[in-house]
Amino acid sequence: MGTVPKVAAQAGPAPRMGRLIRVRGQVQAVGYRPFVWQAARALGLAGAVCNDGEGVLIRVAGASEAIARFVAQLRGEAPPLARVLAVELLDAPVPVPEEDFVIAASAGGAVATGIVPDAATCPECLAELRDPGDRRFGYAFGNCTHCGPRLSIIRQLPYDRAHTSMAPFALCPDCAREYADPADRRFHAQPIACPACGPQLTLTGEGADAGDPLARAIDLLRGGRIVAVKGLGGFHLACRAADPAAVARLRARKGRDAKPFALMVPSLDHARALGPLGAEAEACLVSPAAPIVLVPMGPGAHALPEGLAPGQDHLGLMLPYTPLHHLLMDALGEPLVMTSGNRSEEPQVIEDGAAHERLAGIADAWLGHDRAIVNRIDDSVIAFDALGPVVLRRARGMAPDPVVLPESLAHGPRVLAMGGELKATFCLLRGREAVLSQHVGDLEDAAALADYRRLLDLYRDLYAFTPEAIAVDGHPDYLSTRLGRDMAQALGVPLVVADHHHAHMAACLAENGVGLEGEALGLICDGLGLGADGTLWGGELLGGTCAASRRLAGLPAVALPGGAAAMKQPWRNLLAHLLHAFGSEWEAAVPALAARLPRGAPRRVLAQAIGQGLNAPRCSSAGRVFDALAAALGLCGEALSYEGQAAMALEACARPFVAAAQGYPIALDAGEGGVPRLDFAPLWRALDADIGHGVEAGLAAARFHLAFADALVALVDCVAVAKGDYPQGPVALSGGVFNNRILRERVAAGIAGLGREALVHRRVPAGDGGLALGQAVATRARLAA
Amino acid sequence: MSHGGGGRATAELIRRIFAPHFANPLLEQGHDVARLERPEGRIVVSTDGHVISPLFFPGGDIGSLAVHGTLNDVAMGGARPIALTAGFVIEEGFALADLERIAASMGAAARRAGVPIATGDTKVVERGKGDGVFITTTGIGVVPDGVEIGPDRLAAGQAVLLSGTLGDHGVAILSQRQGLEFGTTIRSDSAALHRMVADMVAAAPGLALLRDPTRGGLSATLNELVEGTRLGIAIDEAAIPVRGEVASACELLGLDPLHIANEGKLVCICDARDAEPLLAVMRRHPEGREAVRIGSVTAEQPGFVRMTTAIGGTRIVDWLSGEQLPRIC
Ligand SMILES: [Fe+3]
Ligand SMILES: [Mg+2]
Ligand SMILES: [Zn+2]
Ligand SMILES: [Zn+2]
Repeated sequence: MGTVPKVAAQAGPAPRMGRLIRVRGQVQAVGYRPFVWQAARALGLAGAVCNDGEGVLIRVAGASEAIARFVAQLRGEAPPLARVLAVELLDAPVPVPEEDFVIAASAGGAVATGIVPDAATCPECLAELRDPGDRRFGYAFGNCTHCGPRLSIIRQLPYDRAHTSMAPFALCPDCAREYADPADRRFHAQPIACPACGPQLTLTGEGADAGDPLARAIDLLRGGRIVAVKGLGGFHLACRAADPAAVARLRARKGRDAKPFALMVPSLDHARALGPLGAEAEACLVSPAAPIVLVPMGPGAHALPEGLAPGQDHLGLMLPYTPLHHLLMDALGEPLVMTSGNRSEEPQVIEDGAAHERLAGIADAWLGHDRAIVNRIDDSVIAFDALGPVVLRRARGMAPDPVVLPESLAHGPRVLAMGGELKATFCLLRGREAVLSQHVGDLEDAAALADYRRLLDLYRDLYAFTPEAIAVDGHPDYLSTRLGRDMAQALGVPLVVADHHHAHMAACLAENGVGLEGEALGLICDGLGLGADGTLWGGELLGGTCAASRRLAGLPAVALPGGAAAMKQPWRNLLAHLLHAFGSEWEAAVPALAARLPRGAPRRVLAQAIGQGLNAPRCSSAGRVFDALAAALGLCGEALSYEGQAAMALEACARPFVAAAQGYPIALDAGEGGVPRLDFAPLWRALDADIGHGVEAGLAAARFHLAFADALVALVDCVAVAKGDYPQGPVALSGGVFNNRILRERVAAGIAGLGREALVHRRVPAGDGGLALGQAVATRARLAA
Repeated sequence: MSHGGGGRATAELIRRIFAPHFANPLLEQGHDVARLERPEGRIVVSTDGHVISPLFFPGGDIGSLAVHGTLNDVAMGGARPIALTAGFVIEEGFALADLERIAASMGAAARRAGVPIATGDTKVVERGKGDGVFITTTGIGVVPDGVEIGPDRLAAGQAVLLSGTLGDHGVAILSQRQGLEFGTTIRSDSAALHRMVADMVAAAPGLALLRDPTRGGLSATLNELVEGTRLGIAIDEAAIPVRGEVASACELLGLDPLHIANEGKLVCICDARDAEPLLAVMRRHPEGREAVRIGSVTAEQPGFVRMTTAIGGTRIVDWLSGEQLPRIC
């Protein structure tokens, strides 16, 4: 190791003069310094490279032509996990005392470069895993600076082994040598391990004392058993995907009636055999993030048990992303169900003790190990449409990669945004970087809330972050709002309320590089959120900038009979919509639809409750329109078994019919207070007639999708015509309903047809998982303006 | 009815309607003040205004509720109530028959409780300036020496007891107020708890806290206790008794029994070793027949109330700032 670089000249003969280079971005703990060292040596340059609080600092001397090539390499090449934001060549010459090129110790100072996401096993590590001559052959915990655990194992800064769950494992001489050698792929790889010194597998439960844990687990899986497998960011429950009895048993034991199971497949070829992937999906599957990718089911997928993803036309697939997964997959050679290790809807368990307790009665055996998972990180989930990726869950491999904001938003206070309530995330905004946490889950779940609080502390430590303002949602009862309020008070910083739907719009604008000055429209469709006027919104056309917006048009406000119960029982929304559209004569107006309500549904009592405003708040929710349609088409029974089920079923059954279908009519009325509203009465009448004629559910679902998309586009058009002062610029599509790819594509195309640009989410979720980003941006914009 | 402004008409009203039903020696002293003998122990006072629609509901009416509510507030201090006062604000035109019914029910409730209504007051306001009748009651009670009940006594490890089913009162009121047709009649649990409390205090003088989960229900009561403190409360959904009809009405209307008002229930927090003896005492009283332990005070997740759900997860029991607004996006 070299010495701490000093810019001041040393005593003795005057040193050579050279250049100082600053590299910013995700450049620490990813093998960046060895990369610089190798590049400099190859070019015959002298100098030093070190980490400091701002990134990487390089001092270099040599032929000017070699330095130019060197800088070009810094800009154009980097190790797989590095993300270079800027390479700045400082003008003033600096003394370079070194004869050779060296890696110097960290320059200290407040390190605030954060940490990189966990990364899937790299090709080199995989080759070693499969090489009988390698000392890590068959070893489940190999990794290097290009791959392996990061966020999942860190406890505090600085990121070195002592502050991770690798601390108890003392390096053996071989690993110590690799760790210290800049020419080695494992130079300063904090989680470095080998069979001699690293973590070991254990098997408990069935067959616990029958020899090699891995071999035993493979036998159990082959025999149709359910095995809890400790992975990178949490436990999975695994079983053979091709075994209908095993799949049914897992479903029954988990108490998960219908929510799709994700599969892990041994290779890209196995994935291709299940359905058409497309180039983007393939690239995504094999990327270091290695998320679950939703793949359209082909004949191969249809040959698998129906119970894997009931009512779906896509299957969630991922590739093995740890050496342990590769070992399992190489041995089995077939897809495994790899669903999160939890009971029903609670968060995935991460700790061996909890896994035994919580998964008792579900798993037959537990394949665990002695490397602790410090931070729970679920699998990320991504789908693709014609516009690119649709990030449904942003977690492992993606968080905490920052979203880099446009220059106009680069200055202003450090904002901590607390996010929403379901699919909660939080966001740390400092300078141009918005660091969005991984998906934490439903804060009403005590374990998720505990994680949220702990992760908040961890991120604040990792990024040396002290907020200057705290942004919360307008809903007073979100637990995130409560915590934010308490924290703002404790820290003595301003609390800023970011309206729910405006935050969705701001998130989409920021992700697409629209800064402070950009006027835009926001077409926001979600379940619900508290609107700027204190009522519940959920389908709005907003106009403004990322700092502020106003409502220009939207969906009608329809009762949610039973409040939260309306989210679980879609038929309640059908009843409410029909009452809203046709009044007390609704049963006569649309008899075929009325017949679709469950037998014994308490129509009268709920109509009374709606009439009297008894726990039936009105909400302009777009999500509930989809629920009402799903109920009308009999797609989801009396109650949903998971959130989003109705909308997903509706989309899946519509897809084959979309290309040839004609949309239903939807009208537009003047609304109240100059805010035009969609009027669904014509749609319900047409649907009623279709159902009377025995229309196929998929066709009706397709006609609805087209109608709804076109009506949203018509809203944009009518506002543009009616309002002299409506904002120019692009139209941001956000809110969880835009996870629906049929809708997203059709609306984007329609908006393009109006001569405006449609902006969609590609890096953060359109739903509440992306809300914190929007809150942070809106707050920065407001305070900076 | 034209009994406004005091004077003869009001006196007549009191003489005809209230006096016969409230009759007791203190009232019969006939002064503007009621003079009580000096009791042993410390005195507690509590007052509560009762405004309710509808005035009559299954299981009670505003009269009995005004007696029970204040007796219970006194009892939650660990005290034995010794006297009540009652103030009426009556809207002009209010039916005398209804007023008489309320007075009768109040008098009967006080007699059953063994606590006299020592003094009272009546005002009549113009038509449209009141909603039928409002009743304010004040209760005076005596706490035995050595009984120190209060939120500052909470400590991790203590047991949380509940005297019976949740939600009966709120759902009974709702079904009447809204004219909803549930098919069954749910009765309010309105009842006086002071006799049960007296036995509880005698059995475990060191008990930490008593609360009646009225407005906001059990969730508000428990959250209020731990918010901003270093303690949390963990309860078990499966242990919490809810009547079948109440549960189905709640399901239908999307309401959570934990948020619904009760008028004849109490929550007791005590040392874990006192839990069983206290439950045995409670179960000897009709108001406590279904008493159960529902959870514990904990040091984990301070500031929050959490509940193990029927399916085995643990969720945060929320604490609503106003009307229940759905949060699912
Ligand atoms: Fe939302
Ligand atoms: Mg009171
Ligand atoms: Zn590697
Ligand atoms: Zn080793």
